[in-house]
Amino acid sequence: MNFTMPNLLPAYPEIFLLVMVSAVLVVDLFLPQRLRFVTYALTQLTLLGCAVLTLDVAVLTQGMVTYTFNNMFVADLMGHALKLGAYIALFTTLVYSRAYLADRGMWKGEFFALVLFALMGIMVMISANHFLTLYLGLELLSLSLYALVALDRDSARSTEAAMKYFVLGALASGLLLYGMSMIYGATGTLDISQVARVIGTANPNKIVLTFGLVFLVSGMAFKLGVVPFHMWIPDVYEGAPTAVTLIIGSAPKLAAFAMAMRLLVMGLLDLAVDWQQMLVILAVLSMAVGNLAALAQTNIKRMLAYSTISHMGFMLLGLLAGVVNGNWLNAADAYSAAMFYVMVYVLTTLGTFGMVLLLSRAGFEAENLDDFKGLNARNPWYAFIMLLLMFSLAGVPPTVGFYAKLSVLQPLLAGGMTWLAVVAVLFSLIGAFYYLRIVKLMYFDEPTDTAPIRPSLDMSVLISVNGLAVLALGIMPQSLMALCYFSIKSL
Amino acid sequence: MTSAPWLSLTIWIPIAFGVAVLAFNDRHAAAVRQIALIGAVLGLAASLPLYTGFNTQTSAMQFVELSPWIPRFSINYNLGVDGISVLFILLNSFITVLVVIAGWASIQKKVAQYMAAFLIMSGLLNGVFAALDAMLFYVFFEATLIPMYLVIGIWGGPNRVYAAVKFFLYTLLGSLLMLVAFLYLYDKAGGSFSILAWHKLPLAMTPQILLFFAFFLAFAVKVPMWPVHTWLPDAHVEAPTGGSAVLAAILLKLGAYGFIRFSLPVLPDASHALSGFMITLSLIAVVYIGLVALVQTDMKKLIAYSSIAHMGFVTLGFFIFNVYGAEGALVQMISHGFVSAAMFLCVGVMYDRMHSRQIADYGGVVNTMPKFAALMMLFAMANCGLPATSGFVGEFMVIMGALKQNFWIGFLAATTLIWGAAYTLWLYKRVIFGAVANDHVAALKDIGAREFLVLALLAVAVLGMGLYPLPFTEVMHASVDALLQHLAVSKL
Repeated sequence: MNFTMPNLLPAYPEIFLLVMVSAVLVVDLFLPQRLRFVTYALTQLTLLGCAVLTLDVAVLTQGMVTYTFNNMFVADLMGHALKLGAYIALFTTLVYSRAYLADRGMWKGEFFALVLFALMGIMVMISANHFLTLYLGLELLSLSLYALVALDRDSARSTEAAMKYFVLGALASGLLLYGMSMIYGATGTLDISQVARVIGTANPNKIVLTFGLVFLVSGMAFKLGVVPFHMWIPDVYEGAPTAVTLIIGSAPKLAAFAMAMRLLVMGLLDLAVDWQQMLVILAVLSMAVGNLAALAQTNIKRMLAYSTISHMGFMLLGLLAGVVNGNWLNAADAYSAAMFYVMVYVLTTLGTFGMVLLLSRAGFEAENLDDFKGLNARNPWYAFIMLLLMFSLAGVPPTVGFYAKLSVLQPLLAGGMTWLAVVAVLFSLIGAFYYLRIVKLMYFDEPTDTAPIRPSLDMSVLISVNGLAVLALGIMPQSLMALCYFSIKSL
Repeated sequence: MTSAPWLSLTIWIPIAFGVAVLAFNDRHAAAVRQIALIGAVLGLAASLPLYTGFNTQTSAMQFVELSPWIPRFSINYNLGVDGISVLFILLNSFITVLVVIAGWASIQKKVAQYMAAFLIMSGLLNGVFAALDAMLFYVFFEATLIPMYLVIGIWGGPNRVYAAVKFFLYTLLGSLLMLVAFLYLYDKAGGSFSILAWHKLPLAMTPQILLFFAFFLAFAVKVPMWPVHTWLPDAHVEAPTGGSAVLAAILLKLGAYGFIRFSLPVLPDASHALSGFMITLSLIAVVYIGLVALVQTDMKKLIAYSSIAHMGFVTLGFFIFNVYGAEGALVQMISHGFVSAAMFLCVGVMYDRMHSRQIADYGGVVNTMPKFAALMMLFAMANCGLPATSGFVGEFMVIMGALKQNFWIGFLAATTLIWGAAYTLWLYKRVIFGAVANDHVAALKDIGAREFLVLALLAVAVLGMGLYPLPFTEVMHASVDALLQHLAVSKL
């Protein structure tokens, strides 16, 4: 039997991560509860190490697209950028969640191991160049998240949320697999670049392809949480412990974006006419349902859940503007805009859920909008940070959320889809209302809760940096925009 | 002319001071007020070279600053002023100083945040008037919403939350459609947000009309024109005095400025085609809103409606396409900046003492506040356009321009002299004259030195502009001529 050693270089971060997860699991077993901090530190160090290795791989491959493991795995600039985003997101999440978890008896080794496994899934998804690799990554991520949602095992609400998430997630995976099998049936390959080649040259059966495409898009829509596949989002966001909600709401969105890019753009670009139409429907419905339903919420986690739905809908606008009448000129603009949008969304979401965690304390969950009442009187600085985050979500300059919207609208108009742009801005107007309401609660109302807000130093610093980053990137958005542009351009 | 980046200074000095005062809390209120005043005065000082160094012979942009900002979308940090915009920067910097002084004693809650909001807003407004890049314009234009929203919502009256949200959403609706229009033009111009490049961009009629309506929504809401004016009375009534003054004096000008900077030169054919529509709406504002103002029982609401009527004159002046109309409209904008700010500050003076804005609660104020009554008399006269006040110059020029265009337009516009006089003088009579109405009025103390200073400065401006408007009109002359010539050429 002939075995050639695959090139391991592009997968260094993943390999390192796997080793470290195992180490964390084993080390944690021998730690008493009072030393649990070691697990935490080890986890953070792992993230740091992954970041270093990812940068290292990017330098060593000179930013070139590099395939390995029989083309099942790909390392490219987009992947590196998204992975770095995921490390930053998880690093921030862990810092924000520390006090919250400790206060609620969830300060356990399993949490960290599951978070790292979820990261593993995210990374595999980002780097997948094969339907099966993608599916494996997705399942690894999803299973870790199901368990994380149920981590607070005595809470009926969390358990219910986990159950819902699991059942619907499994259904989505089924749809995705079914779609993949259809595509496989039509093209005879599972390799994403091969699929693209076969569709481009061999003229496979169009009906089977389109049939498969519908299932692929539905499965993907489930994972992204766009209407009409959004039902799980509000319940899971609300039911999960806030720290876990933060995990679900941040880094996995980057993976979902990567999945959409790999499947639709890199694999099925020749079917763009078909899937763009589907995305139009998903995007418009998501913006409508997300924004309208968010208006009626009194629970901030539910409100942010609906806001996520609308933002993912907006992001899809970027993905669907790439190909106009068979012309790809718009593609780099459009896909990099979507990528920029996701990155900005994750950054802002980290801050907002961070703020929810910051207001929570032992025995008190800051869950209702009213918990933000009078924050300006209690602590003007955190109120200001939250103000920046809310205006960023609403897309008001000079925060970075505005440029995210701007960069998505630009290819839309360049592609002649003016009516979609108008629909999008009208729904963002509705969206602005509920973000404004939080600003109103913080600034115009008197506080009902006067407990002092005393976060730990690391959290306080990081959430300030997070909020100011939203402003700083709003004043100087060029760097992140250029990063997204070049990573998409290099594909 | 010196080479210092004066425009950037007028933008960033107030913002820097605004951010700086945020570092203080209410225990240091006295220091906050002084720092804020220094910031406002420095901002005004930085804007003076714009006037002294201004070349009145050319319509080209002056004091131009250009550096790349977001190369990804070829967005530039591009500033410059011509004869149209330079006066608004001066006006804004001037009003900011007055607003800081006016809020000296009457604001006791969250002083640092109050001063910071006004200083930051002042810098952002200067940015709107100085921006030559459409995206830079948009960013400044939108960013002004945030401080104003907070000003209305935190320091406003009982119904402030409703007013603040209404203000924000109304203006956001308009500006989001403008954003779509900007992106469309960006695409048409081959990837450029330069406003001056857009002025030269040929456009077919259908896109021009559609773009016109997108701009119309954004700017008409800001002006505000009938029928999208309903946010203004609410916002004015609930805003604190300083907020009302800045809102009337500067923020309303953004809409009119948008018309003259974007709608007219970028879309000349649509502007001509739709001038009847614009003139009709303007005349409705002048006549109908003038009548609405007459029946108000709340002083601030009355002045708010009078603002809408006066701004109707401005839009009317722009859309009759002659030099009297355009220059008259610009003069009217500056004059209204002084007069409306003064009127709101006058109401503020009374409100600080009586905590009521109802006309019925007043009467005979002249007996207890003679100095104040004299100053308010002047502003009331200016508000109804009496000759020798600034209010007269603009209205007279617009009416003249309108008469040249069409007798009936001029006739209807001229009725403003009746409505304006009716509601302003009747307000003045009911509040100031007559016998002392009640014990509260009897107990009123006349204005102190600080209030006197603020109103006196405005009085000088109103009278100066009314008696000798040349320094104002000569600055704008070359630019207005160039604009009208530009408008006469079709872009189809």
